[in-house]
Amino acid sequence: MTDSGWLQAYLLVGALLFVCGALCMATKRNAIGILMGVELVLNGATVNFVAFASFNPAFQIEGQIFALFVIVLAAAEAAVALAIVLNFYNNHTTVDVDTAEELKG
Amino acid sequence: MDSPYSLLFWPLAALIAVSAIAMVVTQNIVRAATWLLFTLAGVAGIFFLLGADFVGATQLLVYVGGTLVLVVFGVMLTAQGPFISMKIGAGEWAIAATVGIGFFSVLAYALINFNLEIPSTPTQATAPAPSLTDPQQAAAKPPRSLAPSIVLGTALLGFESATPVEPLTGVQNVPASLVSPGVPNATPSGLPRPPRLRTRMAYLLPFEIVSVHLLVVLIGAAYLARSKRRRGVTP
Amino acid sequence: MTDFLKNTLGLSPAVADALVVFIAVNILVAFVAGSAIFFIWLERKVCGRIQDRLGPTRVGGKFGWLQTIADGIKLLVKEDLIPGDADQMLFRLGPYIAFCGAFMAFIALPFADGWVAKPLSIGVFFMLAVMSTEVFGIILAGYGSGSKWALFGGMREAAQMVSYEVPMALCVLVPVIVAGSMDLNYVAKQQDWLWNWYVFHDPFTFVAFWTYFCCATAQCKRAPFDLAEAESELVAGFHTEYSGLRWSFFFMAEYGAMFAVSGIAVNLFLGGWNIGFLPNWIQAHMGIFANLLGVVVFVLKAWLLVFVMMWVRWTLPRLRIDQVMMTCLKYLLPISCALLLGVGLWQALMPVIVGRIFSIVLCALSVAALGWLVYTLLTTFTKLPSGGVPNLWTPTGSARRDLAKT
Repeated sequence: MTDSGWLQAYLLVGALLFVCGALCMATKRNAIGILMGVELVLNGATVNFVAFASFNPAFQIEGQIFALFVIVLAAAEAAVALAIVLNFYNNHTTVDVDTAEELKG
Repeated sequence: MDSPYSLLFWPLAALIAVSAIAMVVTQNIVRAATWLLFTLAGVAGIFFLLGADFVGATQLLVYVGGTLVLVVFGVMLTAQGPFISMKIGAGEWAIAATVGIGFFSVLAYALINFNLEIPSTPTQATAPAPSLTDPQQAAAKPPRSLAPSIVLGTALLGFESATPVEPLTGVQNVPASLVSPGVPNATPSGLPRPPRLRTRMAYLLPFEIVSVHLLVVLIGAAYLARSKRRRGVTP
Repeated sequence: MTDFLKNTLGLSPAVADALVVFIAVNILVAFVAGSAIFFIWLERKVCGRIQDRLGPTRVGGKFGWLQTIADGIKLLVKEDLIPGDADQMLFRLGPYIAFCGAFMAFIALPFADGWVAKPLSIGVFFMLAVMSTEVFGIILAGYGSGSKWALFGGMREAAQMVSYEVPMALCVLVPVIVAGSMDLNYVAKQQDWLWNWYVFHDPFTFVAFWTYFCCATAQCKRAPFDLAEAESELVAGFHTEYSGLRWSFFFMAEYGAMFAVSGIAVNLFLGGWNIGFLPNWIQAHMGIFANLLGVVVFVLKAWLLVFVMMWVRWTLPRLRIDQVMMTCLKYLLPISCALLLGVGLWQALMPVIVGRIFSIVLCALSVAALGWLVYTLLTTFTKLPSGGVPNLWTPTGSARRDLAKT
């Protein structure tokens, strides 16, 4: 398989992860399930970055640095999102996002 | 990518695909977390396969060992009963499947028809590591390439790494694991270059900003998640 | 070995690589399993001796060598029980994830100079990263068992392991800063003479060694941090519902992780495979036997550290979970941050000669202290009334007093 073929294979994996993450965000009723979808989306983007970094020597280290920053920032965002979900749970005693219909509490 | 391990891509891709789809399909939230674990582990494997071992190890340490554990703790703290699952209707599943398949086919079409021009690289055949103590040998052979972690570290500091960095204790032989094929060096003459300041950006400032960001997130999340239960709540 | 297979046997590169990987993995699995067998026996002997009794003495001769084999056979023929309320898939998956997490760390652990399964430039970082995936096996086991003891134990355990990773990683960074590389092979190669060992290098690495050992003991869920698997508090914590072979997977994971963290400590602080004397002579004159000697020395040092972990387990009382978390977050974490800062300043500012003098002085003091300890232990042996010296079969302590009364 040519280099370009391998790169497309990796990008397809990234695309699949992105699509699954977006579907997860759309279909889960549990707020934490939505959070897991966000993690999948970020992973898909990271795979894209690292694949381009590996196949394009001009982008060599920038791709990996981007990937590192994405991982760190995703962890930070997961922490804050979880704090918000816990707050929501404290107020509504459920994490079902279908009950989040009012802009209060 | 002519490494002999490139055939490992297919099992890893299969693992990622199966786990990601299973994660979307499953109704139980803890099982979804388990499938997410396999997906993240598969992605870490992809990173190792692409030669980004530092990023792969960071993925395992931060994502699997940190974020995923955090998510599972969140699941446990907000559980309403053992193995409770929130189901969605069949109509919604149909819409989700259609949108998903359509979205993926659009992306796949764009990827496959996109003309990716990869700049030609020097052949990445594995050359034996020349010794630093022989100056003629070092000058005659093409400059060695460095392990990604060294390149990452020097890039963070703002230096373009073109020569192997001498370790602090002055040992002459740089070990074989610090040298890896696959990072091509663009010097036309084939001689090692001294480190010089990058003409593009250094990554120290974003690194420091991210550290402050993490501190802010830590404080903010601790404040947001403080327990203040409402009185008289009936589940 | 790859070259040998490629050139001598004429196999294609892919097959040769796959064969090398297969052989290396088999060697490592055999070593980990063999070590686990040895550790289980050692634990029971150490536990028995500290509790003033003999430990296993019946199976396999006077010292109970084959006790572990007997235990293994018993575990294999036990009924494979899965609780009715258990989540089938997660219950089954837990032990394997825990074992994989503990075992993958051995990929980057060098046993001798150049004898690593895979030389990685991020060796110690990789080991810490894969050992952190063990946490998820614990969580799955705790949740999937469908029992509240298991769930509480699993969650507490996960919180403890994840919290202790932070000071552990910071303490690991301390010798990495001194060496300049995360490659364990390289770090251990720097420590050829006894006074070059990083534990003596500066006061910060000295304290870092003890702090790392505390964090590693907590990370392996060993006493005094083993609240989550304590019999008196939580039945058996996250592995309450596990029996037979599944339980033994958890214990292989635990002993494997103990050996792995001890191996990291030995490579980073205690000189790796070096004896401490005459490294150049050994290297020049012994050829392949230098590496074999290195393996023996490394394994003995790691076993010594594991023995210390077991010793501490049966000596110190257990900490409560809030004490465990407090120790990590209020004591060990600030200490490791201070150590990191200190070692960076020491490396940057101290003149080299001060560092050399310090390491030689500290080495001499430690050897003297160790010698005094051994001398004291040997000379306070009390002789038996019949005039002989106590051996492994002589009852000591209270049993002797009881015998003397009759």
